[in-house]
Amino acid sequence: MQFLRHILASVGRVFASLRMTIGIVLMLLLVGIGTVGPLFVDVSKSDPISVRTNQPPSAQHPLGTDSGGRELVAVMVAGTPQTLRMGVLAGLIGVAVGVTLGLVSGYFGGWPDRVISTVTDVMLTIPPLAILLVIAASVKAVNVEMLAVIIASLSWMYAARVVRAQVLTLREQNYVQMARLSGMSNFNIIFREILPNIVPIAFAALVGAISAAILSGIGIEVLGLGPQDTPTLGMTIYWALLYSAFSRGMWWWWLPPIVILMLLFIALFLISSALDDVANPRLRSSQ
Amino acid sequence: MTWGYVLRRLAMFVVVLWGAVTINFIVPRLAPGDPTAAVLEQLAARGQQSAGAGDIVAAYRARFGLDDPILLQYWRYVSNTFRLDLGTSISYFPQSVSGSILMALPWTIVLLGVATVIAFGVGSLLGALLAWPGSPRAVKALAPLLMVLSAIPYYLLALIVLYLLAIWTGIFPLGGAFSGQAPSFTPAGLLDLADHAFLPALSIVLAGVGFWALGMRGAMIGVLGEDFLTLGEAKGLPPGKVFFGYAMRNALLPQVTSLAIALGTAASGSVLVEVAFNYPGIGYLLYNALRASDYFLVQGIAFFLVLTVAVAVLALDLVYPLLDPRIRRQ
Repeated sequence: MQFLRHILASVGRVFASLRMTIGIVLMLLLVGIGTVGPLFVDVSKSDPISVRTNQPPSAQHPLGTDSGGRELVAVMVAGTPQTLRMGVLAGLIGVAVGVTLGLVSGYFGGWPDRVISTVTDVMLTIPPLAILLVIAASVKAVNVEMLAVIIASLSWMYAARVVRAQVLTLREQNYVQMARLSGMSNFNIIFREILPNIVPIAFAALVGAISAAILSGIGIEVLGLGPQDTPTLGMTIYWALLYSAFSRGMWWWWLPPIVILMLLFIALFLISSALDDVANPRLRSSQ
Repeated sequence: MTWGYVLRRLAMFVVVLWGAVTINFIVPRLAPGDPTAAVLEQLAARGQQSAGAGDIVAAYRARFGLDDPILLQYWRYVSNTFRLDLGTSISYFPQSVSGSILMALPWTIVLLGVATVIAFGVGSLLGALLAWPGSPRAVKALAPLLMVLSAIPYYLLALIVLYLLAIWTGIFPLGGAFSGQAPSFTPAGLLDLADHAFLPALSIVLAGVGFWALGMRGAMIGVLGEDFLTLGEAKGLPPGKVFFGYAMRNALLPQVTSLAIALGTAASGSVLVEVAFNYPGIGYLLYNALRASDYFLVQGIAFFLVLTVAVAVLALDLVYPLLDPRIRRQ
């Protein structure tokens, strides 16, 4: 019962924050583009050569068409959920790996900790784009899922670091010491005593990781290394740059993906900064 | 500063570079197909009949030594890379990969360096003012704007800035780094260089200012309750002196730490900004290399990105103890 009340109080605090409310509303809007959108828009027009090329916005094509013969409204409706899916998938995998490494390295200490911490530090120093490039250039013909896995391999470091720091203090708590003295196995202590206390931080790290994953994904796509046959937002910007939509005055081509991406990043930022306040009570009291 | 600290940082530097080289070595070998076949295929696809083609393939066969044991190949690759012998570029043949990169690198370093310093300085000052109780209301009203700016990636801002200030209003040049054939270092030439660098730098600065301001605000709030501030005020020091000498100086330390971490992201971001503005640095070279499927150049650029960031982080790590006496004493 008390646990339930605790959760309810947390949920209340989450929504009490204006930032969180705006962030979630924006996020729902963006998810709505992909879920409600297909009811009104014919998604098949996002395929190349399905409509007349280079048409400005009109009643027939509300956001015009591009040089590849795609209707931009259809591309946005088809592409926004692809970009979100890639980000969420990469974030989930990355944070799962990061939390596991953070738990192991914080709880056991010693040489596993030294190895994991060094690798984390090294990976944090290397610009993610540098590794992504080498991987994406070698593993060609990627689809959205492969891109997500590639990006996930580079988005576990932050989660590993914050979870490790948290576990280091939790490990010394009385209840953990008690569990150890009562003969509980390491596995049980980690999963039943420590993990539940990591959830808020892991969740905050997840939102950050999703945002970072989308950032990396767009970067790879803008350079032309994304999935060639999927109309994601990043690929739309790539095509627009490639066909010089900017200097040709075709604002309806490049502006929609940029606006959607900006809203997406702002939503994720608002949610993650509001979550940080909940996950780190020390920050909350200082503001 | 103890020798142990310096040695640990140097070891870290070497480990980062070694990690980058190892990834460069392993990843293409995990991918299906062998590297020379890919090169041959590309040359055929480009319809290159020149006498140079045979040389390139021979050069790559020798470089990869594909019949040698894998450890020998690895050793050769590592030692070649550390001597900056990164092979021959296909799209810029017969120029070497390191040659092409070294020509583009100064543009990136100057652009990224200047923009980062400006963003760091302006952002830290704004962030400190946001947290300071005595600062004007107009500054505090900036907070939401800065938050929004910090959330938007560099290159999306770059594209918006490009459209608004270069295409729509035509105030600044569309792209490139200089007018005419080559940059000149006369006063007019330098002005022209600055004119071209302004927009790419502006988009990096705009995105960076918010990030640094938010970090600084957090650090400043932490410092505000400290006893030494009360002491400073009680001694009757002017507010400016308490702000800069007592509060900001202490709050700046964690910012310098994040500078080391943020450099990697900044380098990645500026690569894409260069693509948007056709700025002739590493990013633009990379874009061309990708379009020409010049994988050796792509790998070389990836290595140089890591090298640049690693050098900057090492420099910051070695400067840090001079700023923070607590680290010196450890």
